[in-house]
Amino acid sequence: MGKAFAVVLTLITLVSVAFFAMHTWWLPPNISTTGRAVDHQLAETLVGTGVLFLVGQLMLGFFAWTAGSRNDGKKIKAFPGGATPLVTIAIIVVGIEIFTLTFVGSKAWAAIYLTPPEAGSLRIDVQAEQFAFYFRYAGPDDKFGGVHPEKIDDGSGNYFGLDPANDVAARDDIVAASLVVPVNREVAMTLHSKDVGHSFYVRELRVQQDFVPGLDIPLHFTATQIGKYEIVCTQLCGLGHYNMKAYLEVMSEADYQQWLKAQAGQ
Amino acid sequence: MHDVSSQPATHQHTAPTGFIRKYVFSLDHKVIGKQYYGLALVAVLVGMVLSWLLRIHLAYPSWHIPFLSKISASGAPNGVMTPEYYLSLLTMHGTLMVFFVLTNAPFAAFGNYFLPIQIGAEDMAFPRFNMMSFWTTFLAFVVMMASFFVADGPPISGWTAYAPLSAVGGDAGPGLALGQDLWAISIAIFCVGSLLGALNFIATTLDLRTKGMLLARMPYSTWAWFVTSVIALLAFAVLLPACILLILDRVAGTSFFIPGGLVLSDKLQPHSGGSPLLWQHLFWFFGHPEVYIAVLPSIGIIATILPVFTRKPLLGPRALIGSMIAIGFLSYMVWGHHMFVSGMNPFSATLFSVPTLVITIPATIMTLLLTASVYGSKMRFETPALFCLGFISVFISGGISGFYLAQPSLDTYLHATYFVVAHFHFVMAVASLFGVFAGTYFWFPKMFGRMMNETLGKWHFWLTFVGVYCVFMPMHYLGLVGNVRRYSAFVDDYLAPLIPVHKFITVAALLTGAAQLIFFWNLIWSRFKGPIAPENPWEATSLEWSTTSPPPFDNFGGKHPVVQNGPNEYGVEGADGTDYVMQSAAPRRA
Amino acid sequence: MGIDIQQALHDVQAPEPPSVDTGGLISTKKDPRPERSETGVWVGISAIIMTFAAFTSAMIVRQGATADWRHFELPKLLYVNTLILLASSATLGIASKRLSAVGRLATAQEQSKKMYSEGMTWLHVTLGLGVLFVVGQFLAWRILVAQGLLLSTNPSSSFFYVFTAMHAAHLLGGLGGLIYMIRKFGRTNGTARTTGLRAMCTYWHFMDGLWLYLFLILLVRI
Repeated sequence: MGKAFAVVLTLITLVSVAFFAMHTWWLPPNISTTGRAVDHQLAETLVGTGVLFLVGQLMLGFFAWTAGSRNDGKKIKAFPGGATPLVTIAIIVVGIEIFTLTFVGSKAWAAIYLTPPEAGSLRIDVQAEQFAFYFRYAGPDDKFGGVHPEKIDDGSGNYFGLDPANDVAARDDIVAASLVVPVNREVAMTLHSKDVGHSFYVRELRVQQDFVPGLDIPLHFTATQIGKYEIVCTQLCGLGHYNMKAYLEVMSEADYQQWLKAQAGQ
Repeated sequence: MHDVSSQPATHQHTAPTGFIRKYVFSLDHKVIGKQYYGLALVAVLVGMVLSWLLRIHLAYPSWHIPFLSKISASGAPNGVMTPEYYLSLLTMHGTLMVFFVLTNAPFAAFGNYFLPIQIGAEDMAFPRFNMMSFWTTFLAFVVMMASFFVADGPPISGWTAYAPLSAVGGDAGPGLALGQDLWAISIAIFCVGSLLGALNFIATTLDLRTKGMLLARMPYSTWAWFVTSVIALLAFAVLLPACILLILDRVAGTSFFIPGGLVLSDKLQPHSGGSPLLWQHLFWFFGHPEVYIAVLPSIGIIATILPVFTRKPLLGPRALIGSMIAIGFLSYMVWGHHMFVSGMNPFSATLFSVPTLVITIPATIMTLLLTASVYGSKMRFETPALFCLGFISVFISGGISGFYLAQPSLDTYLHATYFVVAHFHFVMAVASLFGVFAGTYFWFPKMFGRMMNETLGKWHFWLTFVGVYCVFMPMHYLGLVGNVRRYSAFVDDYLAPLIPVHKFITVAALLTGAAQLIFFWNLIWSRFKGPIAPENPWEATSLEWSTTSPPPFDNFGGKHPVVQNGPNEYGVEGADGTDYVMQSAAPRRA
Repeated sequence: MGIDIQQALHDVQAPEPPSVDTGGLISTKKDPRPERSETGVWVGISAIIMTFAAFTSAMIVRQGATADWRHFELPKLLYVNTLILLASSATLGIASKRLSAVGRLATAQEQSKKMYSEGMTWLHVTLGLGVLFVVGQFLAWRILVAQGLLLSTNPSSSFFYVFTAMHAAHLLGGLGGLIYMIRKFGRTNGTARTTGLRAMCTYWHFMDGLWLYLFLILLVRI
């Protein structure tokens, strides 16, 4: 029975690891300046934990394989060295792992969340609601109009609750259902929610950030690849949660300017 | 010896005779333990069926399940779930499993039954509180189940009930009116029951240990229940006020968690200034320790059972107990790792990340000690032993993925994906349940006086062990691809290629679930037809094995055992050629 | 020589085994153990502290979250209530002293009787003061309601009602304990064991201290 357990466990272990190692299912390619550090961090963690996983499982399997049975006359053996070396090894090995991961990882984290966006980056105001995202560009005056929740009216397309009648800054604001950004230019977003919690998740950007009702949350990124990517909601927001998505369209600067003009003309 | 036999029985209450007093409103910790176990069985059965339905809906969304439309005509017209009903069932699956199974089975059920016996007491310190805590928990269960039968069904806000979705009421969607009220009330009631239970466990362990039962001689399961009850006492004491504030936000129009300016269903909500993050902080301050409430008792159970079957003492008992205490302590410093991307101050991410990673140290120590205890053993591969080995394996698997999620920089990608689902199911759910399974096969003879069927037990183990890996290992891959959790359907091109993986998981989940029916059948069959159990079928050392199976009403037949040994005396020369010395036997001559 | 405790455990009729050297592990006296009711009360108190710590931090977070906190003046009645509660602690202390003496003075009949009747009187006085405090808190609510400050009016009033209601709920538990004590000592003419009473006192004094803390934080914050 011990041998059977060892065989089954070893098989499970190797198959599990193989799929990780072969990248059978893997992340989509990174398209952001900050994502590389995340990928690097992931690779490092995979190696470190992969070793721990293999050692742990195979050791367990090996011990089960070699365990004696009730009547085989073998004497039980104490673990060589007792508990102290094990405890020491656990503290040292895991300690080193923790130290490296924290050291390397906090840099990746800092690049996304602790560094302010550069001056002059493209400012976009994002509003999430059940179950859609809307993106607002400041328009030629480079100023966002004020937001008035009581004026929000999805029926007439006033998703942000703007008041163009009384608010000059709001008149040229561009509101779009897709996040269109120029390539290689930093985008500084402000996230807010109309109703409940939502989240902004673009896999290729390696970025995820919740919308918290009542808070304006900053998030910035620089996309380096032209293309169309999915933005999905990852915070349970109600019955349409599974279908709450929008697209991130990364364009060349020229295409972006043209898109902007077309939007303003509408 | 004189004092042993002459110590008068001071049982606080005499054995009841009426049916109600004996089996329903019983003060006997053994009956209450069984009641908790029964409640957990009912809850796990419901929770498991829910997981089947969820999995079927994900992989085969067009299947018609006739009985579903009978339960809720609007939730599953023609037997096909609506997205909102999927979320309702998802919420109930999580809530039932976390609260009524993982908290009740390893901690409340086994703890109630065996903690007093293992320390040589006749009952809990406060039997009346004990009865109240079970019936309070039972009431919480009834209230929770009632949400299935109200107008728009159970809430759709998940077991974490994030505000404001959970706080604003029916405008936010179906299930969030009366269903969410029932949820919040049920959890508040559950908190009260758990607090009473934890209080009882602590006082019992501190005050009722029999002569010679020094702290250092307590079995590991007793230690685990004790540490867990301290964690539970402090954790549920925080969830209770959180639930009270949530209920007030919902029914009394206060604004603790609901900010101003929210527009739902085209209505400006009449609230202002509340903080949704406050709910998350309070919830996870409870929620993370809750993980250890679920898994620590199982670690203790495994550490108690494993040496019985390896026939050698557990390695490093003091390091093991120290690790348990360290985990209990650290569990209160890490709740923020659930909130890395929640909008809380990003500087605090590191603050929460480091202690989270540090927790892996005591966890690794415990795993290594358990693993190394298998080394060079004379293993008796009976079902409890297999579940012990299985526990170590799934605990490693679940612990490893914790490394990823503890790092904020990886959490930005993996948060809210199936990677998280895989992680917590392995480390919390499966590991904890393996402890419950091991405990059941091990203690069933003591609880019911009959042995469980070994063949069925082995089938149950192999199918479950392979099954859980088939179910949860692929979820890691889904998470890496970026498959978001809590989606009722995968409608876009990006996730479409993953559907075959989901189908594999669904089939595996159905089969693994079906394997649990073997366990249920084994329980029922063995209860009535199992071979009569001797006093100490496994040749174990702790006190529960020094009394009859099942124990008499006062546990030790009117006497108090005197403890002279630690629980770890295996692989030694005992009396009559045995290889163990019971805790209550004379100490072994050096 | 082996002693078999198993045997001794299960066989009451077994002849007394020869006494052996057991390393001093078997003592003839029951070890001094903490009394379970007192342990229970202290454990309960730590849970209650945790609960109110959670409420307090919720209040601090909520007050800092948004600038909508409206300060208001606490009803003066609360000072009176505080004095009543403090007085009840004192009377309970006296009651406990008197009743504890009953057992010790069991031989001196006259004096014991006197202690008993005095103790019971003080217990009743405590009960009365406790009820008075709860009624006083209720009246304080009425005063706020008359000012238009309801539970949902403002976070400050929300927290005021939550704090006072939660404290009152815990105090009602204490009143239940008091009634139980009165009945217990009444039944046994004061000869009941006083450990439960001591635990009761601990809990009651804690309720006192908790109220002082809550009152203070309400004064500072609201």
